[in-house]
Amino acid sequence: MTTTAQSVPRYLALLGSPNSGKTTLFNRLTGLRARVGNYPGVTVERIEGEIKLTGSDRVLLVDLPGTYGMEALSDEERVTQQYLEGSFSDGHKPDGIIFVADATTLARSLPMLAAILKTETPVILALTMIDEIKARGGAVDDLKLRKLLGIPVVGIVGNRGIGVDDLKALVARADGWKRTTPARPVPDDIIERFAWADEILGDSFRAPQKGTPLTDGIDSVLLHPLGGVAVFVAVMVLFFQAIFNWAAPLMDGVEGLFVFLSGFLSSRMADGWLRSLLCDGIIAGVGSVMVFIPQLFLLFGLLAFLENVGYMARAAFVVDRAMGWFGLDGRCFVALMSSYACAIPGIMAARTIPDPKSRLATILVAPFMTCSARLPVYVLLISAFVPRTTVWGLFGLQGLVMFGLYLLGGVTGLLAAAILRRGMLRGHTLPFYIELPPYRWPTAKTLFTAVWRPISLFLKRVGTIILAASLILWMMLSFPKVQAPAEVTARGTQAVKAYELEHSFAGRVGHAIEPLIRPLGFDWRIGVGLIASIAAREVIVSTMAQLFALGDGDDARDNLAESLKNSRYPPGHPQAGNPIYTLPVALSLLVFFVFALQCVSTLAVMRRETGGWKWPVVAWLFMITLAYVSAWLTFAVSSKLLLG
Amino acid sequence: MQCPFDKKNQQGSVCLSSLTEGQSGQVVAIDPKGQFTRRLLELGFVPGTVVEIRRRAPLQDPVEIELRGARICLRHTEVCQIAVRPLVKAAVAI
Repeated sequence: MTTTAQSVPRYLALLGSPNSGKTTLFNRLTGLRARVGNYPGVTVERIEGEIKLTGSDRVLLVDLPGTYGMEALSDEERVTQQYLEGSFSDGHKPDGIIFVADATTLARSLPMLAAILKTETPVILALTMIDEIKARGGAVDDLKLRKLLGIPVVGIVGNRGIGVDDLKALVARADGWKRTTPARPVPDDIIERFAWADEILGDSFRAPQKGTPLTDGIDSVLLHPLGGVAVFVAVMVLFFQAIFNWAAPLMDGVEGLFVFLSGFLSSRMADGWLRSLLCDGIIAGVGSVMVFIPQLFLLFGLLAFLENVGYMARAAFVVDRAMGWFGLDGRCFVALMSSYACAIPGIMAARTIPDPKSRLATILVAPFMTCSARLPVYVLLISAFVPRTTVWGLFGLQGLVMFGLYLLGGVTGLLAAAILRRGMLRGHTLPFYIELPPYRWPTAKTLFTAVWRPISLFLKRVGTIILAASLILWMMLSFPKVQAPAEVTARGTQAVKAYELEHSFAGRVGHAIEPLIRPLGFDWRIGVGLIASIAAREVIVSTMAQLFALGDGDDARDNLAESLKNSRYPPGHPQAGNPIYTLPVALSLLVFFVFALQCVSTLAVMRRETGGWKWPVVAWLFMITLAYVSAWLTFAVSSKLLLG
Repeated sequence: MQCPFDKKNQQGSVCLSSLTEGQSGQVVAIDPKGQFTRRLLELGFVPGTVVEIRRRAPLQDPVEIELRGARICLRHTEVCQIAVRPLVKAAVAI
């Protein structure tokens, strides 16, 4: 059988084992920046992009989740299977396949290529990590391999772009896809296919050394019962210290910029609604959230490093058994780790979990993990109310409280999973398996892209949801303008502004729900913030900033943390002169944010991944109830302990 | 834990999980009754393949196994589906 492709295929698919480098190659070929990482199962949905070839030819390339075989065990593999079968309603069946194989594990992936050789589909073999196989003393003879397999073979180094142009050149030419009869007939049985692969590789392949000194050395520490835990805890503690100590100067810099901007506009513009909209609405609202960018850089940087260096699969290996106590497995842990950036990729990552009940449990508890949207709220409240003291001569108290909040979310999530897996989602767990890739040093570009993606998403949120929320709130806080009575006017501008604010639309709404949240220690301002934060959690920060900006008589912009700390009940109030916000109020609000599921996008993704509104509604109701009760308990207990 | 290969019935083959860390063995058979058989084959656990137990996780389960240039973690239950003939010295992996 000698087949020659009649024309250049138009719809190409990238196929191969998990973590073979498909998405890195995809990004190189299309110029897109899809998420990559050094662990199996980063890609969980199909991603499409165009390859621009020389001339006017355009080819559509589809990146598929990796799979070890053609019979899917988990949903992300099912995506691949369905796409190849052409059973997606909108999808085209690929008319050409680029089979991506990690050269160092070719002896494992070649039998899967055999399945494709059985079909007539044009296929090119892209061998990735050819730099690594050489460094480890192995070799692939791609010319020989080409002859033996009867298909074109290209060696590439995806992250450096080596060989990518050769691949592009092959893809562009019709004769680049030329197939000839394989030297040895491809067997039907899977066991015989391994023997077939071993025969072919015997002539064209020298196996690399097992492992590398670097990987083996790091693993002997990280996978050690004591060493691994010690390193993990040390990294976490360091991270939370960094959030408060190292990021603070940068944060002050960003804040200074907005203070300057606001001051500049105040001094150049006449007092009026436009100045108020710009200074108290947009700059106060958007600026108060933007100051947390340094912290987000740290968080995303740490996660990107762990994902790209190869740590995630190790973490799954180490904790798998312990996760069993909660009815979960190692893969669930990886999904939950991703949720620390944002619950949405975490919920998506749950597709790699073969067991439907473990997967559902993971999806439901993912919002308990402290996502980056909570970070601004935590940093603001902790830096305002938790003293900057050092405990045990080493750790800052603020960092420890932060660590505690992250721990509280994580532990509660695991307990909730354990309850689900013993109740509604009872059942046996399916087998767990994961491949441990060698540690790989990510390129600066890879890391930068991995950090920039969530940061740009955050900036987009600031420019859309948070800006919109700020504008709407500014209107609701500024209108209707109620004429303050004479006795208020007599007390000065500050009192008039406060009176106007309390009688605005938003002020009235806040006052209306105040009885409901009073037991938690919250006043009407926090009430307004809580309602606004349904749009996105960070909006509570921008809302509080606007409330103080508008309520302020003078033009000088105070630091938001200072404003919170210094605000006192006005004269005439039963508690006149006492601080409104105290440590118990802050703790109560923090606990509320640890538990409440205030995120519309998470609910929408939950609905999509679970196929209905039932589970998102259950999760939301459960979490809001837990948030309310826990905040109430926190306020009651900490008021007794701290204030007597 | 019940291992189908505990009884030394096939020319001295044992359950893979009975090997110690660093010890190699050659796959003899896979228990076809398991729901995971197909995937074990796809991962390369086919008769004749040399596998090596690299380490056990801190809580003894799962197990890291090296085969065909890759390192795969499997739980004890699945490792028990694999019968191997222990090798005295580490042989050259295929």
